[in-house]
Amino acid sequence: MDHLDQLEAQSVFILREAYRKLKPLAMLWSLGKDSNVMVWLARKAFMGRVPFPVMHVDTEKKFPEMYAFRDEYTKKWNLDLLLGYCPPVEEMDPTLPPAARSAARKTAGLASMIEKNKLQGVIAGIRRDEQGTRAKERVFSPRGASHKWDIRNQPPEFWDQYATPHEEGMHIRVHPLLSWREIDIWRYIERENIPLVDLYFAKNGKRYRSLGDSDITFPVESNASTVAEVIAELETTKTSERAGRAMDHESEDAFERLRVAGYL
Amino acid sequence: MSDTLSAARLDPADREALLDTATPIVIVGHVDHGKSTLIGRLLYDTDNLQDGKVQQIIESSKKRGLAVEWSFLLDSLQIERDQGVTVDSTRIPFRLGNRQFVIVDAPGHRQFLRNMITGAADAEAAVLVVDANEGAQEQTRRHAMLLRLIGIRHIIVLLNKADLLGFDEQKIRAVEKSVTDLLAQLDLTPSLFVPASARDGDNIASRSERSPWYTGPILTEALAAVPSGNTRAALPFRMPVQDVYRYDDVRYVAGRIERGVIREGDTVEIGTQGSKARVAKVARWHALERKEAEAGESIALVLEPDVIPARGDMLFLPHQAPEKTARIRAHLFWLRQEPLRVGESFRLRLSTAEHQVTVASIDSVLRLDDLTEQQAQEVGPEGFAHVTLVAGEAIQFDPFSPGTSDGRGVLVDRNQRIVGGAPLLGPADLKDGYAIHPSAGEVDGAQRARSKGHKARVVWLTGLSGAGKSTIARLAEKKLFARGIDAFVLDGDTLRMGLCSDLGFTEADRHENVRRAAEVAKILTQAGQVVIVALISPLVADRALARKIIGEEFDEVFVDTSLATCEQRDSKELYKAARDGKIENFTGISAPYEAPTKADLHIKADGATAEENADALVTHILSVI
Repeated sequence: MDHLDQLEAQSVFILREAYRKLKPLAMLWSLGKDSNVMVWLARKAFMGRVPFPVMHVDTEKKFPEMYAFRDEYTKKWNLDLLLGYCPPVEEMDPTLPPAARSAARKTAGLASMIEKNKLQGVIAGIRRDEQGTRAKERVFSPRGASHKWDIRNQPPEFWDQYATPHEEGMHIRVHPLLSWREIDIWRYIERENIPLVDLYFAKNGKRYRSLGDSDITFPVESNASTVAEVIAELETTKTSERAGRAMDHESEDAFERLRVAGYL
Repeated sequence: MSDTLSAARLDPADREALLDTATPIVIVGHVDHGKSTLIGRLLYDTDNLQDGKVQQIIESSKKRGLAVEWSFLLDSLQIERDQGVTVDSTRIPFRLGNRQFVIVDAPGHRQFLRNMITGAADAEAAVLVVDANEGAQEQTRRHAMLLRLIGIRHIIVLLNKADLLGFDEQKIRAVEKSVTDLLAQLDLTPSLFVPASARDGDNIASRSERSPWYTGPILTEALAAVPSGNTRAALPFRMPVQDVYRYDDVRYVAGRIERGVIREGDTVEIGTQGSKARVAKVARWHALERKEAEAGESIALVLEPDVIPARGDMLFLPHQAPEKTARIRAHLFWLRQEPLRVGESFRLRLSTAEHQVTVASIDSVLRLDDLTEQQAQEVGPEGFAHVTLVAGEAIQFDPFSPGTSDGRGVLVDRNQRIVGGAPLLGPADLKDGYAIHPSAGEVDGAQRARSKGHKARVVWLTGLSGAGKSTIARLAEKKLFARGIDAFVLDGDTLRMGLCSDLGFTEADRHENVRRAAEVAKILTQAGQVVIVALISPLVADRALARKIIGEEFDEVFVDTSLATCEQRDSKELYKAARDGKIENFTGISAPYEAPTKADLHIKADGATAEENADALVTHILSVI
């Protein structure tokens, strides 16, 4: 088995554990590259099916290409799509910096979907290499009734034995991509031929490396217009993946505050 | 499978270009001995840091009035940077030439032990950081013990802050000697000692001019030499069942192969029930068709016959069975804040299986200050111990062995919280202290018989499956009860639901089934009851064993129904399944039935109604009690 085989096998194991142990369960589908890989891995785990709903927490500020992609692949992959919407930015914590405040809408939108569907498990495609606080995550990350992440009191997790809910109102965030790196995602996309929104590919010397809301995500300089070229670029770049994400740079702890509150 | 496979998947040359599997390396050591600094330095010196990250660290350091603080790279939380401690473990990918690693940084503070285990449990090798000036400290011992318990074989000791000793060879050799002695007490032999200064980068990624006497590998060379070998594929096949899915009328037995290789056409044995099935297909989605799968792969098997294994059942090849016992010796690392005491019960999670276990004894507890094993009544918070666990049923496992996933038990409390790690070492024998002293009752059989108005007796009904044993027994029970006689039926199916649920249908298991039934019947006779046992018990030898266990109050009753009649009735559709080859060892079809030659009562069941046969049995019982 090579590196990608090993990552795939581990993610399939995690998805099967989540499906067996957490009911009801849903997978977040943000339409980005990681979450497409995640949906693909679910199809690997369940012989071509996704046996739980996928959820899109819509800020209504995504790129039009993303909405078109969503409609196309919901049908093609036979997905059970749950849509949720986010409250207006005026209702968010005013002490957060502007971009983080805008991102907090997603936390609120997600929280209401979890409550509405009484979810016990939410599968999310975060990776350890994206951001320092994500590196501290568990594969099965328990969230209390308020959806908060108790970063100082995380359960032990070893030998593939994961925490399950043990209190009323609690749910588990499941992270099958935690060990993947950005370049692994791209190599896997190449190997498996996984479709993507074409904003990831360069036009006029720019491309998006990470896709969020259209007003707070910016393209990076690049001429990589195919998957192979993106991989070649990533093999040499020293710019961090989230360089185009405004909220990561507003203040040192903005992202940590968002994540503790339940953001992805 | 409408999606096409990409060229990269098909072309072996492209596959070769992909990197090898990442090797996880855990960095452990006492607080402030320099773990995080080492990692920051290592990543920086080997060109593994992204621009944004270096910039972030410089800014964060400036803000706190520090020179560049490499530990901020991993201590990404506010509290960690403000207080200068690592709260939780972090994993960070790291590339050295063509080799891929994952560095696990584990906090050294005592109260964060469980976070450390979370990070370290799967590591291939460890770097134990020891402050050369301070020598081994409490956490050095604790972490070293943990490395042993979780089975990490390759340990590199980094004697950090060697600059504080002026890289003096004699002084450094003395520290090396004391750490070697300490590790020897734990049966650990480090593969290497590297004198270094993480802060200044000496002997990390480049050879230091300050230690000309040191000619061994520097840290990066030592890491590159860690074997990445995955030898699990060469071990006997094991696949714990993770789940069973049914899609489009096909049943998929899903799981990850923990070791060995499985091929289509292989026959596997399933769990403790011992049933067997053939692997009809190794199923994958959107992958090249391959008729085999090896350790590490998450796959799905289609089995023939279409048996339905349960989650946790171990699949293995029949001639390579794992250990099977209900009493198990285990190591323990205890993560709960309250102490552990004998008699506490837990769920033992072992791969995908779960078993109820009770701590039968605490055999020894490790004292960390002098590393001796002591007798103790309890295991304190974050303690290490040897314990004996007893389960309600036989558990299948391979004893714990470093570098494999064998025997990696975890104890879980009622609230689903993981409270301990318990590598399983092997079966536990009953100790001398547990010698059995059966006591004689103060009430004897004659007293009970007077009280009940009848004597106790066992009537043992033997005959083919479907002969009508249970029907006759139940009718007779009812008739006897109506006469005020305390009668009770033990039948095969009921026994197999509970008392004998761990047994299969092999000759040895059937023998054990008969033995248990006889022991229970004997206890019931001591309680003064009439016991009607309805059990196929096909072999003369087994029925002789039952007679031996029960003694004089035993009658053998042959419920004699022809095979043709039994097969025609076939109320449980067992004969049909056996004829189709779906059941092995089926009495009368693929396993022998040895009819009694001198039964105490011979019921020729074919020619009479169940009612008449029951009457014959009742008449016999009344004549002997």
